[in-house]
Amino acid sequence: MATGANEIEFAGIQFFGKMSASISHEIKNVLAVINENAGLLEDICFMADGGKPVDISRLKKIAVDVKDQVRRADRIVTVMNRFAHSADEPSTETDLGELTALLRLLAMRFAAMHGVAIETLAPPVPVRVTTSPFGLLNLLWICLDCAMTATGSGKMVELVAEKTTEGGLVRFRKFEQPGAASVADIALGKLSALPRMLNATVAADSTKTELVVRLHQSPQF
Amino acid sequence: MTEKVLIVDDDKAYLNILSERMRNRGMEVTTTASPVEALRIVETQSFDAIVLDLMMPEMGGIEAFQRIKERNPDLQVIFLTGNPSVSTGVDAMRLGAMDFIPKPADLNELTEKIKQAKVSRAILVEKQAQAKLKKVLTEKSR
Repeated sequence: MATGANEIEFAGIQFFGKMSASISHEIKNVLAVINENAGLLEDICFMADGGKPVDISRLKKIAVDVKDQVRRADRIVTVMNRFAHSADEPSTETDLGELTALLRLLAMRFAAMHGVAIETLAPPVPVRVTTSPFGLLNLLWICLDCAMTATGSGKMVELVAEKTTEGGLVRFRKFEQPGAASVADIALGKLSALPRMLNATVAADSTKTELVVRLHQSPQF
Repeated sequence: MTEKVLIVDDDKAYLNILSERMRNRGMEVTTTASPVEALRIVETQSFDAIVLDLMMPEMGGIEAFQRIKERNPDLQVIFLTGNPSVSTGVDAMRLGAMDFIPKPADLNELTEKIKQAKVSRAILVEKQAQAKLKKVLTEKSR
């Protein structure tokens, strides 16, 4: 039987693997577009060798398209880099607003597959907690994954970080009753050791329309 | 005769550049970023091959493939995907896809597969025509 530590370790590896696979897929899509642009240049050269005049405006368009793809790849790799560095420290001061924004970027492709939009609202004041950024991202991902499944296609999940007297919280909202309650149950049922490690609780709010992850400070690592 | 191809991929930048290169090679290309739209297109038009992205919003490539095959069992489908895992390719082939090409694709290889698809489809159509003719002749000889 898996111990709590093993469960956390396995969930972490699984999370890292899932995100890495998604990111590599996105990078491959960018490479595919760049590859076809290079191929089109070859086609144009081949046709020019055969006497067809070169359309300069088409060459300019290829340059613009390649630059667009480089920017797209840069955005993907920047998110990947921030995600990778979230595992640098077992516990450090973490901005919950920034972390939820990072989670949104990581989850965009999964959200598109679910047909769900994810929005994040920046908190009016920074919400800083001392926690494991990677562990918390993992927990928030599990909740978001459940929320996306519960809310269904054409819907939205909104993530909001808030300061509390105990530390901070993240609300998953905009999905309708009785979704929140079942989402909380699924999230908690999937993993119990991770919330314990983070000194966090995951539960539906009293209206059962929001899923709330509460972080209580003085974490136990 | 030119090859008639439908490309289905949610990455519009890829869709545009790939279709341009295929048209430069003399193919007749229809594109859509929506697998749902692709289902509508195959209802009214015939193609020698469909190039289908495996992972798309709205509907996964496998589901789209199954629904296309239900209505048009002769259609030859080539999967194209950024997911390079062997198991994904094996799954696609097991379901009856003609081939599976990882992105970034080699256009010469893809062109070759499309030409093969056209031949395979022509053989299938010919066989069906012969079977139909045989059936009619058998019924008439009774």
